[in-house]
Amino acid sequence: MTSENTPAQAPVGQQSESATGGAPAGRHQWPMWEVFVRPSRGLSHVHAGSLHAPDAQMALRNGRDLYTRRNEGVSVWVVPTAEVSASDPDRRDAFFESAKGKEYRHATYYTKSEGVKHL
Amino acid sequence: MTTTHDPRAASSADELTAEQLQERFDALIAADQRIEPTDWMPEDYRRTLVRQMSQHAHSEIIGMQPEGNWITRAPSLKRKAILMAKVQDEAGHGLYLYSAAETLGTPRDEMFEQLMSGRAKYSSIFNYPARSWADMGAIGWLVDGAAICNQVPLCRASYGPYGRSMVRICKEESFHQRQGWEILYTLSHGTPKQKQMAQDAVNRFYGPALQMFGPPDDQSPNSQQSMDWKIKRFSNDELRQRFVDMIVPQAEALGLTLPDPDLAWNEERGHYDYGELDWDEFFGVIKGHGPCNQQRLQHRIDAHENGEWVREAAAEYARKMQERAARADTDTAPAGSEQR
Amino acid sequence: MGSVGQDSATIISAGSALTAEKLLDSGVTAPERTAEYALRLGDDALILAQRLSWWISRAPEIEEDIALGNIALDTLGHARMLLTYAGTAWDRSEDDLAYFRTEEEFRCAQIVEVDNGDFGRTVAKNLIMSAYFYELYSRLVDSADETLAAIAAKAVKEVDYHLDHAVQWTLRLGIGTEESAGRMRAGLRDVWPYLDELFEDEPLHDDLEGIAVRPSTLRAPVMERLEVVLAEAELEVPEVKQARTGGRRGEHREALGFLLAEMQSLARQHPGATW
Repeated sequence: MTSENTPAQAPVGQQSESATGGAPAGRHQWPMWEVFVRPSRGLSHVHAGSLHAPDAQMALRNGRDLYTRRNEGVSVWVVPTAEVSASDPDRRDAFFESAKGKEYRHATYYTKSEGVKHL
Repeated sequence: MTTTHDPRAASSADELTAEQLQERFDALIAADQRIEPTDWMPEDYRRTLVRQMSQHAHSEIIGMQPEGNWITRAPSLKRKAILMAKVQDEAGHGLYLYSAAETLGTPRDEMFEQLMSGRAKYSSIFNYPARSWADMGAIGWLVDGAAICNQVPLCRASYGPYGRSMVRICKEESFHQRQGWEILYTLSHGTPKQKQMAQDAVNRFYGPALQMFGPPDDQSPNSQQSMDWKIKRFSNDELRQRFVDMIVPQAEALGLTLPDPDLAWNEERGHYDYGELDWDEFFGVIKGHGPCNQQRLQHRIDAHENGEWVREAAAEYARKMQERAARADTDTAPAGSEQR
Repeated sequence: MGSVGQDSATIISAGSALTAEKLLDSGVTAPERTAEYALRLGDDALILAQRLSWWISRAPEIEEDIALGNIALDTLGHARMLLTYAGTAWDRSEDDLAYFRTEEEFRCAQIVEVDNGDFGRTVAKNLIMSAYFYELYSRLVDSADETLAAIAAKAVKEVDYHLDHAVQWTLRLGIGTEESAGRMRAGLRDVWPYLDELFEDEPLHDDLEGIAVRPSTLRAPVMERLEVVLAEAELEVPEVKQARTGGRRGEHREALGFLLAEMQSLARQHPGATW
């Protein structure tokens, strides 16, 4: 699994769905960001987690401090959580069914060539 | 019907009946699949998770204080660096957990508010004072040790973001316990005064560390539901036993004793028996009568309130920069058209 | 790449870099005068790190606890390398030097002794010190003393980031709100009087031509950096008098005594003990 098909999580809304909700939001709660880290050259950025930051510049720096304290990465991306579009979890079956059962898209489907080199 | 959704938008779950939704949730849990933030989930499950994850996060954040207390006095520069890295990690772990809890729709400032108003709980062990340097050893070895025992099974918790944050936390915490054990080992093999300091710390933290697993199973009302939901994988007493079995030989290797006269190997059970813990004391500390409850909470409140003007300034700066960028865009537009 | 899943972002490693331990293992010995120079730099880093470490659990937001913690840890790392190296000249360990010297034996500049104050003052101090360290270490990498050059090579990359952190906050506090700008101005006024001392040449630097960086050569680049940042942050260079210098000769501000009393208390209760 690479970052291209790692869905960003965090459906954090202004309206809390939580039953414990009700407390007024702090006056200066910074917005939330999703952090993606490239573990090493040649690999994709992978979702590492999220954090709060006042703007993109600070989000990058906070991402570096929070998610790469142990040499975990060589590059960081940040995306405002609110800007992430995600597929509808309740339409999952309709969305992903098509990719199933198409064995002919995979090399293993073709068996006649077994034993033939470089094929 | 659109196929892509803003993750914050209401899902099309309302097309399904309550029973269908519950069935699908139950099936996922039964199949040991993970529940992800956008999935429908029972309100009780959501509430239980928010409570548990935010308490866990609060414990990390409040837990910075007893050790933070010794950063400026650490007796060697190496130990100072280790301690600083460890306390800083705890801030990180708090953030991982707050973030995971936020995926359930409760903003961080709401969780802060619950902590600061005293409505939310955190691990009561942090309401004990860290009196000596040896406490840095005992906290690392016993408190982090108990925490790891608790956390390793949580890596498989049914809620995806919780499990993922636990994987990260467990990886990082492996050094926490070892450095604590090493502090005690060095003290135990140092001067008589140092050894005494180490023994005293172990004496004070042993009982409270065992109590970190929560009340005995027959007095833990929420446990069974959490087990059914696969948030919790083992009972309080099971984990406590596992921990005791682990630390007895570790204490021997330290050359220190555990302050429990009833501690003995039980051949039949294949486990160590241990003595009754002081649960009156435990519930007293939870209710706010611990030695440091007030101080720990006030420290957090002070940090938050003293930081208000800074958070406000950063938010205001971000707003002004956006405004200036927008103004620059409109200012340059006519200039561009003149050139054409 | 089936195995490269979510966990690949949690692959951890220590990475390879110079540390105090490696330096000690190398068996290198500092010449006497070079050691005195390393001691000055090491004391600056040690006292600054000691001050900064106080912020962990007290920062304005938890993300910032971690950021300040990283800076303190880096800076403590520099102190440990420099003190370890200095100590090789006198057969003393980093801890002998940190914990068993008296106030007048410390060689730090007075600016690092200044109390943390509020976040504004801490940012002001970090801004000046990281600009100073950056200019210093980026020259020290060319030192004829290989060990100093190696320490500087590690440190310069880290202080580059510290400078960026301080600049980001200076901009936010300077432009953010009236209150934050006021506090930032006050913070700058509190630390600015101790600026001159950082650029003061001593006979020691004459003796170490090609080995040490001459402090007076740092004034122009450091001041230029500071002036650019302050202008961008809509702040002014404070109009304050420069304080009498003396840290390099062991004449310190009162604050250092309290700092050392706290830092050294435990180690001094157990002389000769290992930890």
